[in-house]
Amino acid sequence: MNDNPFSLWVYLSQSPLLWLTVTLLVYAIADAVSLRTHRHPLANPVLHSMWIIGAFLLLTGTSYTTYFGGAQFVHFLLGPATVALAVPLYENRKVVASAILPMLVALATGSVTAVASVVLLAEAAGLPRAVILSMAPKSVTAGVAMGISESLHADPSLTAVAVILTGIMGAITVTPLMNRMGITDFRARGFAVGIAAHGIGTARAFQVDEVAGVFAGIAMSLNALVTSFLVPLAVTLLVR
Amino acid sequence: MIASLSLILLCQLAGEVLVRGLGLPMPGPVIGLMLLLLLLLARDRFAALARGPLQGEGVEAASRVLLANLSLLFVPAGVGVVQKLDLVAEHGIAFLGVLALSVLVTLLVTVATFLVASRLMMGGRKPP
Repeated sequence: MNDNPFSLWVYLSQSPLLWLTVTLLVYAIADAVSLRTHRHPLANPVLHSMWIIGAFLLLTGTSYTTYFGGAQFVHFLLGPATVALAVPLYENRKVVASAILPMLVALATGSVTAVASVVLLAEAAGLPRAVILSMAPKSVTAGVAMGISESLHADPSLTAVAVILTGIMGAITVTPLMNRMGITDFRARGFAVGIAAHGIGTARAFQVDEVAGVFAGIAMSLNALVTSFLVPLAVTLLVR
Repeated sequence: MIASLSLILLCQLAGEVLVRGLGLPMPGPVIGLMLLLLLLLARDRFAALARGPLQGEGVEAASRVLLANLSLLFVPAGVGVVQKLDLVAEHGIAFLGVLALSVLVTLLVTVATFLVASRLMMGGRKPP
Protein backbone atom coordinates (compact mmCIF):
# COMPACT_ATOMS: atom_id res chain seq x y z
CA MET A 1 0.00 0.00 0.00
CA ASN A 2 1.11 3.48 -0.73
CA ASP A 3 0.88 5.50 2.46
CA ASN A 4 1.32 8.82 0.70
CA PRO A 5 -1.75 9.65 -1.42
CA PHE A 6 0.07 12.64 -2.92
CA SER A 7 2.82 10.53 -4.45
CA LEU A 8 0.18 8.23 -5.89
CA TRP A 9 -1.48 11.29 -7.48
CA VAL A 10 1.84 12.52 -8.83
CA TYR A 11 2.40 9.12 -10.41
CA LEU A 12 -1.11 8.79 -11.87
CA SER A 13 -1.44 12.38 -13.08
CA GLN A 14 1.60 11.84 -15.30
CA SER A 15 0.37 8.57 -16.77
CA PRO A 16 -1.79 8.32 -19.89
CA LEU A 17 -4.12 5.89 -18.08
CA LEU A 18 -5.69 8.53 -15.84
CA TRP A 19 -6.43 11.05 -18.59
CA LEU A 20 -7.70 8.47 -21.05
CA THR A 21 -10.03 7.16 -18.34
CA VAL A 22 -11.20 10.67 -17.45
CA THR A 23 -11.93 11.44 -21.12
CA LEU A 24 -13.95 8.26 -21.67
CA LEU A 25 -15.76 8.47 -18.33
CA VAL A 26 -16.81 12.12 -18.64
CA TYR A 27 -17.90 11.55 -22.23
CA ALA A 28 -19.87 8.42 -21.26
CA ILE A 29 -21.78 10.46 -18.66
CA ALA A 30 -22.33 13.43 -20.99
CA ASP A 31 -23.54 11.07 -23.72
CA ALA A 32 -25.91 9.28 -21.32
CA VAL A 33 -27.40 12.66 -20.33
CA SER A 34 -27.71 13.56 -24.02
CA LEU A 35 -29.57 10.28 -24.67
CA ARG A 36 -31.82 10.81 -21.63
CA THR A 37 -32.84 14.23 -22.97
CA HIS A 38 -33.60 12.65 -26.38
CA ARG A 39 -30.51 14.29 -27.90
CA HIS A 40 -31.51 17.79 -26.87
CA PRO A 41 -29.25 20.25 -28.77
CA LEU A 42 -28.10 21.95 -25.55
CA ALA A 43 -27.08 18.61 -24.04
CA ASN A 44 -24.31 18.35 -26.67
CA PRO A 45 -21.85 15.74 -25.32
CA VAL A 46 -18.76 17.44 -26.85
CA LEU A 47 -19.59 20.79 -25.25
CA HIS A 48 -20.20 19.40 -21.78
CA SER A 49 -17.27 16.96 -21.82
CA MET A 50 -14.85 19.71 -22.81
CA TRP A 51 -15.73 22.19 -20.09
CA ILE A 52 -15.95 19.54 -17.37
CA ILE A 53 -12.55 18.08 -18.28
CA GLY A 54 -11.15 21.59 -18.83
CA ALA A 55 -12.27 22.67 -15.35
CA PHE A 56 -10.84 19.47 -13.86
CA LEU A 57 -7.45 20.14 -15.48
CA LEU A 58 -7.53 23.71 -14.20
CA LEU A 59 -8.40 22.62 -10.65
CA THR A 60 -5.64 20.01 -10.56
CA GLY A 61 -3.12 22.30 -12.27
CA THR A 62 -2.58 19.75 -15.06
CA SER A 63 -1.08 20.99 -18.32
CA TYR A 64 -2.77 20.27 -21.64
CA THR A 65 0.36 18.42 -22.78
CA THR A 66 0.04 15.98 -19.88
CA TYR A 67 -3.68 15.55 -20.53
CA PHE A 68 -3.09 15.00 -24.23
CA GLY A 69 -0.62 12.21 -23.40
CA GLY A 70 -3.68 10.15 -22.46
CA ALA A 71 -6.30 11.71 -24.71
CA GLN A 72 -4.20 11.29 -27.87
CA PHE A 73 -5.44 7.71 -28.23
CA VAL A 74 -8.96 9.07 -28.68
CA HIS A 75 -7.81 11.99 -30.83
CA PHE A 76 -5.96 9.62 -33.14
CA LEU A 77 -9.21 7.89 -34.11
CA LEU A 78 -10.42 11.02 -35.94
CA GLY A 79 -8.49 9.89 -39.03
CA PRO A 80 -9.88 6.33 -39.14
CA ALA A 81 -13.39 7.72 -38.41
CA THR A 82 -13.10 9.94 -41.49
CA VAL A 83 -12.18 6.86 -43.57
CA ALA A 84 -15.13 5.02 -41.98
CA LEU A 85 -17.52 7.60 -43.48
CA ALA A 86 -17.11 5.56 -46.67
CA VAL A 87 -19.46 2.90 -45.25
CA PRO A 88 -22.64 5.00 -44.76
CA LEU A 89 -21.75 6.75 -48.02
CA TYR A 90 -21.61 3.34 -49.76
CA GLU A 91 -24.86 2.17 -48.15
CA ASN A 92 -26.72 5.35 -49.16
CA ARG A 93 -25.05 5.68 -52.56
CA LYS A 94 -28.36 5.80 -54.47
CA VAL A 95 -29.69 8.73 -52.42
CA VAL A 96 -26.32 10.48 -52.77
CA ALA A 97 -26.00 9.88 -56.51
CA SER A 98 -29.47 11.35 -57.12
CA ALA A 99 -28.48 14.53 -55.26
CA ILE A 100 -25.13 15.29 -56.93
CA LEU A 101 -26.31 18.51 -58.54
CA PRO A 102 -27.93 20.12 -55.45
CA MET A 103 -24.82 19.13 -53.49
CA LEU A 104 -22.45 20.87 -55.90
CA VAL A 105 -24.56 24.04 -56.00
CA ALA A 106 -24.91 24.11 -52.21
CA LEU A 107 -21.17 23.43 -51.83
CA ALA A 108 -20.33 26.44 -54.01
CA THR A 109 -22.63 28.89 -52.24
CA GLY A 110 -22.10 27.41 -48.78
CA SER A 111 -18.30 27.42 -48.77
CA VAL A 112 -18.15 30.94 -50.17
CA THR A 113 -20.69 32.13 -47.57
CA ALA A 114 -18.79 30.44 -44.73
CA VAL A 115 -15.56 32.27 -45.57
CA ALA A 116 -16.96 35.60 -46.83
CA SER A 117 -19.45 36.03 -43.98
CA VAL A 118 -16.86 35.56 -41.26
CA VAL A 119 -14.36 37.90 -42.93
CA LEU A 120 -16.94 40.66 -43.60
CA LEU A 121 -18.57 40.39 -40.17
CA ALA A 122 -15.20 40.44 -38.43
CA GLU A 123 -14.20 43.54 -40.40
CA ALA A 124 -17.48 45.22 -39.49
CA ALA A 125 -16.87 44.35 -35.83
CA GLY A 126 -13.47 46.03 -36.07
CA LEU A 127 -11.38 42.96 -35.19
CA PRO A 128 -7.66 43.23 -35.95
CA ARG A 129 -6.33 41.84 -39.23
CA ALA A 130 -4.41 38.96 -37.61
CA VAL A 131 -7.59 37.77 -35.87
CA ILE A 132 -9.65 37.98 -39.09
CA LEU A 133 -7.08 35.87 -40.94
CA SER A 134 -7.12 33.30 -38.12
CA MET A 135 -10.93 33.12 -38.22
CA ALA A 136 -11.32 32.82 -42.01
CA PRO A 137 -10.97 29.00 -42.29
CA LYS A 138 -13.20 28.30 -39.23
CA SER A 139 -15.73 26.11 -41.06
CA VAL A 140 -13.33 23.32 -42.04
CA THR A 141 -11.99 20.50 -39.96
CA ALA A 142 -9.27 21.59 -37.49
CA GLY A 143 -6.25 19.97 -39.16
CA VAL A 144 -6.94 21.58 -42.53
CA ALA A 145 -7.95 24.93 -41.00
CA MET A 146 -4.71 25.16 -39.02
CA GLY A 147 -2.73 24.42 -42.17
CA ILE A 148 -4.51 27.24 -44.02
CA SER A 149 -3.95 29.57 -41.08
CA GLU A 150 -0.24 28.78 -41.05
CA SER A 151 0.10 29.46 -44.76
CA LEU A 152 -1.44 32.92 -44.16
CA HIS A 153 1.00 33.60 -41.27
CA ALA A 154 -2.00 33.86 -38.93
CA ASP A 155 -2.32 32.25 -35.49
CA PRO A 156 -3.10 28.50 -35.85
CA SER A 157 -4.06 28.09 -32.19
CA LEU A 158 -6.62 30.89 -32.46
CA THR A 159 -7.87 29.17 -35.63
CA ALA A 160 -8.28 25.92 -33.69
CA VAL A 161 -10.35 27.77 -31.07
CA ALA A 162 -12.53 29.34 -33.80
CA VAL A 163 -12.97 25.94 -35.49
CA ILE A 164 -14.08 24.13 -32.35
CA LEU A 165 -16.40 26.95 -31.23
CA THR A 166 -17.93 27.09 -34.73
CA GLY A 167 -18.50 23.33 -34.66
CA ILE A 168 -20.22 23.48 -31.27
CA MET A 169 -22.38 26.45 -32.27
CA GLY A 170 -23.44 24.73 -35.49
CA ALA A 171 -24.20 21.46 -33.71
CA ILE A 172 -26.36 23.25 -31.13
CA THR A 173 -28.27 25.57 -33.48
CA VAL A 174 -28.90 23.33 -36.51
CA THR A 175 -31.81 21.26 -35.16
CA PRO A 176 -33.92 24.09 -33.66
CA LEU A 177 -33.15 26.37 -36.65
CA MET A 178 -34.16 23.80 -39.29
CA ASN A 179 -37.24 22.74 -37.30
CA ARG A 180 -38.37 26.34 -36.98
CA MET A 181 -37.88 26.87 -40.73
CA GLY A 182 -39.98 23.76 -41.35
CA ILE A 183 -37.20 22.04 -43.35
CA THR A 184 -37.78 18.29 -43.34
CA ASP A 185 -35.32 17.26 -46.08
CA PHE A 186 -32.58 15.56 -44.06
CA ARG A 187 -30.24 15.58 -47.06
CA ALA A 188 -30.30 19.39 -47.08
CA ARG A 189 -30.13 19.70 -43.29
CA GLY A 190 -27.13 17.38 -43.08
CA PHE A 191 -25.32 19.01 -45.98
CA ALA A 192 -25.75 22.47 -44.42
CA VAL A 193 -24.36 21.44 -41.04
CA GLY A 194 -21.43 19.65 -42.69
CA ILE A 195 -20.50 22.85 -44.57
CA ALA A 196 -21.02 25.20 -41.62
CA ALA A 197 -19.76 23.07 -38.73
CA HIS A 198 -17.43 20.32 -40.11
CA GLY A 199 -16.96 17.16 -38.00
CA ILE A 200 -18.71 18.30 -34.83
CA GLY A 201 -21.74 19.19 -36.98
CA THR A 202 -21.44 15.81 -38.73
CA ALA A 203 -21.37 14.00 -35.38
CA ARG A 204 -24.58 15.86 -34.45
CA ALA A 205 -26.16 14.95 -37.80
CA PHE A 206 -25.47 11.24 -37.22
CA GLN A 207 -27.25 11.53 -33.85
CA VAL A 208 -30.36 12.89 -35.55
CA ASP A 209 -30.60 10.93 -38.81
CA GLU A 210 -28.32 8.60 -40.79
CA VAL A 211 -29.01 10.25 -44.16
CA ALA A 212 -28.27 13.65 -42.59
CA GLY A 213 -24.99 12.22 -41.28
CA VAL A 214 -23.99 10.89 -44.71
CA PHE A 215 -24.65 14.25 -46.38
CA ALA A 216 -22.85 16.11 -43.60
CA GLY A 217 -19.82 13.86 -44.05
CA ILE A 218 -19.72 14.53 -47.80
CA ALA A 219 -20.17 18.27 -47.25
CA MET A 220 -17.37 18.35 -44.67
CA SER A 221 -14.93 16.51 -46.97
CA LEU A 222 -15.73 18.64 -50.04
CA ASN A 223 -15.61 21.85 -48.01
CA ALA A 224 -12.12 21.03 -46.71
CA LEU A 225 -11.04 20.79 -50.34
CA VAL A 226 -12.73 23.97 -51.58
CA THR A 227 -11.87 26.14 -48.59
CA SER A 228 -8.11 25.65 -48.92
CA PHE A 229 -8.38 27.43 -52.29
CA LEU A 230 -11.05 29.88 -51.21
CA VAL A 231 -9.49 31.42 -48.09
CA PRO A 232 -6.36 32.89 -49.74
CA LEU A 233 -8.63 34.32 -52.46
CA ALA A 234 -11.12 35.81 -49.99
CA VAL A 235 -8.32 37.29 -47.92
CA THR A 236 -6.85 39.13 -50.93
CA LEU A 237 -10.27 40.35 -52.05
CA LEU A 238 -11.97 41.19 -48.76
CA VAL A 239 -9.41 42.04 -46.09
CA ARG A 240 -8.17 45.63 -46.21
CA MET B 1 -12.70 -6.73 -35.99
CA ILE B 2 -8.89 -6.43 -36.07
CA ALA B 3 -8.80 -7.18 -39.80
CA SER B 4 -11.50 -4.54 -40.39
CA LEU B 5 -9.64 -1.92 -38.38
CA SER B 6 -6.45 -2.83 -40.24
CA LEU B 7 -8.23 -2.26 -43.55
CA ILE B 8 -9.45 1.17 -42.39
CA LEU B 9 -5.94 2.11 -41.19
CA LEU B 10 -4.47 0.78 -44.44
CA CYS B 11 -6.79 3.05 -46.46
CA GLN B 12 -5.78 6.02 -44.30
CA LEU B 13 -2.11 5.14 -44.67
CA ALA B 14 -2.41 4.88 -48.45
CA GLY B 15 -4.26 8.22 -48.40
CA GLU B 16 -1.47 9.90 -46.42
CA VAL B 17 1.19 8.43 -48.73
CA LEU B 18 -0.67 9.71 -51.81
CA VAL B 19 -1.23 13.17 -50.29
CA ARG B 20 2.41 13.57 -49.20
CA GLY B 21 3.81 11.95 -52.32
CA LEU B 22 1.81 13.98 -54.83
CA GLY B 23 1.49 17.16 -52.74
CA LEU B 24 -2.33 17.04 -52.90
CA PRO B 25 -4.13 19.93 -51.14
CA MET B 26 -6.46 17.69 -49.06
CA PRO B 27 -6.31 15.65 -45.87
CA GLY B 28 -5.01 12.07 -46.16
CA PRO B 29 -8.07 10.54 -44.43
CA VAL B 30 -10.36 12.03 -47.13
CA ILE B 31 -8.36 10.13 -49.81
CA GLY B 32 -8.59 7.10 -47.50
CA LEU B 33 -12.38 7.53 -47.48
CA MET B 34 -12.45 7.47 -51.28
CA LEU B 35 -10.20 4.39 -51.40
CA LEU B 36 -12.46 2.47 -48.99
CA LEU B 37 -15.53 3.53 -50.98
CA LEU B 38 -13.89 2.29 -54.20
CA LEU B 39 -13.03 -1.03 -52.49
CA LEU B 40 -16.63 -1.49 -51.34
CA LEU B 41 -17.96 -0.70 -54.82
CA ALA B 42 -15.38 -2.98 -56.46
CA ARG B 43 -16.36 -5.82 -54.10
CA ASP B 44 -19.89 -5.81 -55.56
CA ARG B 45 -18.45 -6.08 -59.07
CA PHE B 46 -15.72 -8.67 -58.43
CA ALA B 47 -16.60 -11.57 -56.13
CA ALA B 48 -12.88 -12.33 -55.63
CA LEU B 49 -12.58 -9.20 -53.44
CA ALA B 50 -15.32 -10.32 -51.03
CA ARG B 51 -13.06 -11.89 -48.44
CA GLY B 52 -11.66 -11.03 -45.01
CA PRO B 53 -13.00 -7.69 -43.71
CA LEU B 54 -14.84 -7.08 -46.99
CA GLN B 55 -17.26 -9.97 -46.39
CA GLY B 56 -20.07 -10.47 -43.91
CA GLU B 57 -20.35 -6.84 -42.73
CA GLY B 58 -16.78 -6.87 -41.32
CA VAL B 59 -15.57 -3.40 -42.22
CA GLU B 60 -19.15 -2.11 -42.09
CA ALA B 61 -19.54 -3.09 -38.45
CA ALA B 62 -16.18 -1.60 -37.44
CA SER B 63 -17.03 1.68 -39.21
CA ARG B 64 -20.39 1.86 -37.49
CA VAL B 65 -18.72 1.55 -34.08
CA LEU B 66 -16.35 4.42 -34.93
CA LEU B 67 -19.08 6.68 -36.31
CA ALA B 68 -21.52 5.97 -33.47
CA ASN B 69 -18.94 7.59 -31.16
CA LEU B 70 -17.80 10.36 -33.47
CA SER B 71 -18.58 13.07 -30.88
CA LEU B 72 -16.14 11.52 -28.40
CA LEU B 73 -13.25 11.96 -30.84
CA PHE B 74 -13.57 15.77 -30.72
CA VAL B 75 -13.30 15.96 -26.92
CA PRO B 76 -9.44 16.08 -26.69
CA ALA B 77 -9.28 18.99 -29.19
CA GLY B 78 -12.21 20.67 -27.42
CA VAL B 79 -10.44 20.54 -24.07
CA GLY B 80 -7.56 22.37 -25.73
CA VAL B 81 -9.96 25.23 -26.45
CA VAL B 82 -10.95 25.52 -22.78
CA GLN B 83 -7.26 26.02 -22.01
CA LYS B 84 -7.02 28.81 -24.57
CA LEU B 85 -10.06 30.81 -23.49
CA ASP B 86 -7.76 33.75 -22.73
CA LEU B 87 -7.31 34.11 -26.50
CA VAL B 88 -11.09 34.48 -26.84
CA ALA B 89 -11.38 36.79 -23.85
CA GLU B 90 -8.86 39.11 -25.48
CA HIS B 91 -11.23 39.88 -28.34
CA GLY B 92 -14.33 39.44 -26.26
CA ILE B 93 -17.88 39.21 -27.37
CA ALA B 94 -17.17 40.33 -30.97
CA PHE B 95 -15.24 37.11 -31.65
CA LEU B 96 -18.09 34.89 -30.45
CA GLY B 97 -20.78 37.04 -32.05
CA VAL B 98 -19.08 36.99 -35.46
CA LEU B 99 -18.67 33.19 -35.34
CA ALA B 100 -22.30 32.63 -34.27
CA LEU B 101 -23.73 34.93 -36.96
CA SER B 102 -21.50 33.40 -39.63
CA VAL B 103 -22.65 29.89 -38.65
CA LEU B 104 -26.32 30.90 -38.89
CA VAL B 105 -25.88 32.63 -42.26
CA THR B 106 -23.90 29.66 -43.65
CA LEU B 107 -26.49 27.13 -42.46
CA LEU B 108 -29.36 29.12 -44.00
CA VAL B 109 -27.66 29.87 -47.34
CA THR B 110 -26.50 26.25 -47.77
CA VAL B 111 -29.83 24.66 -46.89
CA ALA B 112 -31.73 27.15 -49.10
CA THR B 113 -29.54 26.58 -52.19
CA PHE B 114 -29.69 22.81 -51.69
CA LEU B 115 -33.49 22.86 -51.56
CA VAL B 116 -33.89 25.23 -54.51
CA ALA B 117 -31.45 23.26 -56.67
CA SER B 118 -33.10 19.98 -55.74
CA ARG B 119 -36.56 21.35 -56.59
CA LEU B 120 -35.38 22.80 -59.92
CA MET B 121 -33.90 19.42 -60.80
CA MET B 122 -37.09 17.55 -59.87
CA GLY B 123 -39.15 20.11 -61.82
CA GLY B 124 -36.98 19.62 -64.90
CA ARG B 125 -37.61 15.89 -64.79
CA LYS B 126 -41.40 16.05 -64.57
CA PRO B 127 -43.24 15.72 -67.87
CA PRO B 128 -44.95 18.98 -68.95
